[in-house]
Amino acid sequence: MALRLRSSTSKSNFLNILRYNNLGFGTASHAARHLRTHDPTLLRVSQNPISRFCNTMAEKLSSVGENEDANAQVMDFPGGKVAFTPEIQFISESSKERVPCYRVLDDNGQLITNSHFVQVSEEVAVKMYSDMVTLQIMDNIFYEAQRQGRLSFYATTIGEEAINIASAAALSPQDVIFPQYREPGVLLWRGFTLQEFANQCFGNKSDNGKGRQMPVHYGSNKLNYFTVSATIATQLPNAVGAAYSLKMDKKDACAVTYFGDGGSSEGDFHAALNFAAVMEAPVLFICRNNGWAISTPTSDQFRSDGLVVKGRAYGIRSIRVDGNDALAMYSAVHTAREMAISEERPILIEALTYRVGHHSTSDDSTRYRSADEIEWWNKARNPLSRFRTWIESSGWWSDEEESDLRSRVKKEMLEALRVAEKTEKPNLENMFSDVYDVPPLNLREQERQVRQTIKSHPQDYPSDVPL
Amino acid sequence: MAALLGRSCRKLGFLSSGHGARRSVSTETGKSLNLYSAINQALHIALDSDPRSFVFGEDVGFGGVFRCTTGLAERFGKNRVFNTPLCEQGIVGFGIGLAAMGNRAIVEIQFADYIYPAFDQIVNEAAKFRYRSGNQFNCGGLTIRAPYGAVGHGGHYHSQSPEAFFCHVPGIKVVIPRSPREAKGLLLSCIRDPNPVVFFEPKWLYRQAVEEVPEHDYMIPLSEAEVIREGNDITLVGWGAQLTIMEQACLEAEKEGISCELIDLKTLLPWDKETVEASVKKTGRLLISHEAPITGGFGAEISATILERCFLKLEAPVSRICGLDTPFPLVFEPFYMPTKNKILDAIKTTVNY
Repeated sequence: MALRLRSSTSKSNFLNILRYNNLGFGTASHAARHLRTHDPTLLRVSQNPISRFCNTMAEKLSSVGENEDANAQVMDFPGGKVAFTPEIQFISESSKERVPCYRVLDDNGQLITNSHFVQVSEEVAVKMYSDMVTLQIMDNIFYEAQRQGRLSFYATTIGEEAINIASAAALSPQDVIFPQYREPGVLLWRGFTLQEFANQCFGNKSDNGKGRQMPVHYGSNKLNYFTVSATIATQLPNAVGAAYSLKMDKKDACAVTYFGDGGSSEGDFHAALNFAAVMEAPVLFICRNNGWAISTPTSDQFRSDGLVVKGRAYGIRSIRVDGNDALAMYSAVHTAREMAISEERPILIEALTYRVGHHSTSDDSTRYRSADEIEWWNKARNPLSRFRTWIESSGWWSDEEESDLRSRVKKEMLEALRVAEKTEKPNLENMFSDVYDVPPLNLREQERQVRQTIKSHPQDYPSDVPL
Repeated sequence: MAALLGRSCRKLGFLSSGHGARRSVSTETGKSLNLYSAINQALHIALDSDPRSFVFGEDVGFGGVFRCTTGLAERFGKNRVFNTPLCEQGIVGFGIGLAAMGNRAIVEIQFADYIYPAFDQIVNEAAKFRYRSGNQFNCGGLTIRAPYGAVGHGGHYHSQSPEAFFCHVPGIKVVIPRSPREAKGLLLSCIRDPNPVVFFEPKWLYRQAVEEVPEHDYMIPLSEAEVIREGNDITLVGWGAQLTIMEQACLEAEKEGISCELIDLKTLLPWDKETVEASVKKTGRLLISHEAPITGGFGAEISATILERCFLKLEAPVSRICGLDTPFPLVFEPFYMPTKNKILDAIKTTVNY
């Protein structure tokens, strides 16, 4: 089936069928009939006439109900009927084969024949590639700046540019983002400027965050990107609540949250996926499975077949995607988003990739993995070069445009750094504001005390923070 | 058994807010309601007055294990009032997300004893949401309600008073009502306050406390302590259910010629230092009482602050009559609790120092 889905904003025909075909009480869906009489709460939140449960029930069950000996062959428990078996059978801990990975471009950036993907316009494709290049250059320059002592800290996204940019490109600006900390590309796509990135990293007075957090803890309400917090996976249940809000407000939008392979071990991952399924929340869970949580490889992180198999445990539709294939990422996220919104359901996307950079500037990953391995992924499996091949073969890019872009971005980036470094820090009062909506008495008193102390011991305090 | 007898006194009317009352609501009449009904009323009003408000948590759909959410799902629909999976970190995390989108998320934790899985979400996310974002975002619409405190037979996991953990977290507010009328007004203030709030409800009083509660929509301000009994010899500070015990001690002390001033703190974070300071400057003596274990309890914060502000006016050391430093015991509850007589003895010791 060579189905080419269009990449327009209108829903695909297939989804329209699901939406408007009422498989209610009148039709012979045995599983649904049994469940409806036993569990009225299934209908409570869903605005969808189709009981969600009939999609997830084992197909075999519908034939069981028809048999005259049904009573002898099924058992009735809270949660629905189950067939029984007199054999002692365990579900295996793993499938014989790993879940296959969706990809559209091969390692050389050539389109795989008969692949399904969402069509991307030249404009979008060129912006995607340009932003991937910009992200790469930004990362390299910030990283070097930290090495030179100009920045206190930085964490790169090297190797994961396709996940960042392609996923962002497939979303709408109204979709709310709950990032972990390795997704600045999503902000970049939406219009966050190099200057704004630099301002946050330097914590100067132009930083949206008012200098309160470490570098790379970006946030922008204008761009619907919730501020990064370093705690792992805490954003996952938050995203589910936000998705529920969008559903209640009937918005054509979803919540999207990112996390790594390490984050999937946190309790909040379990909490969030379970809630998302029960609340029927339109949320995309995008896992950047890059093989490493600082120095911990995935073999020390979990024993499942990655992330994609975990979705089913919660009743969540899932897909595994080649995270270094920008076109596949775009298609997967685009499709997932439509499902999430129109069907009011969560989707889990496992994007396989590799963390080419160190965990952060505080890490030297050659201490726990080989430099050869890193180099291989950087060269042979680079997401930028694959996508570049594809856009060039489409006639949308050239070497000249490449060098123009790179030199322009580098210049802009260095200038942004220079300006951010020179800009003064936020005023001291910003230490005490926003703890609450209005500073309470104890904070007003403490500000007074600190200002007193500064007068007595000015040498104890940084001179670049205006009082 | 002594604990039960002591507590039965509460059934006879309630703490008179007549003395030193500043709020007009305390002189209004209303319907006679117990604590859970007053809270229920507040929730009905909250959901009615704001269509973007939600109530959720374990078992809230059928009315909740303490009936605080009775009738809400039927009236406002299961999209706004619903059961959640059994997962406190999910409940609070989900609530933060909902609040971050501008809704009022009124979350129920079934017992304060079970709030700890949500502690990370509360401390690292809710409390810092506004500050870390430079005020681009906030989750002020979040209110977390949890029943707390001794109940006579609750043991380790149905009796805890965890307020001290939360009072150490800049960015959230901690509120504890003493009675039905107070609870309704304070809860509405918490729900409408633009900051995330943890609201501990004294479960012992859910049925035991009965009071006239005005039926209309009213709010009692946060961070304002109330002098509920005026006196000159010693100041007593407490919150929640403990105030009934403290009031009994005050009544008995009065028979022996000791005039006690009793203050309901109501909001523990940020707390009203000024009211307590003014009172102690008048009386020269302070006694703090809470059910939570004494070491590291919130009484220590009050004591240290008052010492800083009132040192020269103090006639005696600050006294703390609190729960003991053990897990909340079952058979030994009467020994653990800060009883009326423990408080009375301490009042006399302090006055005679």
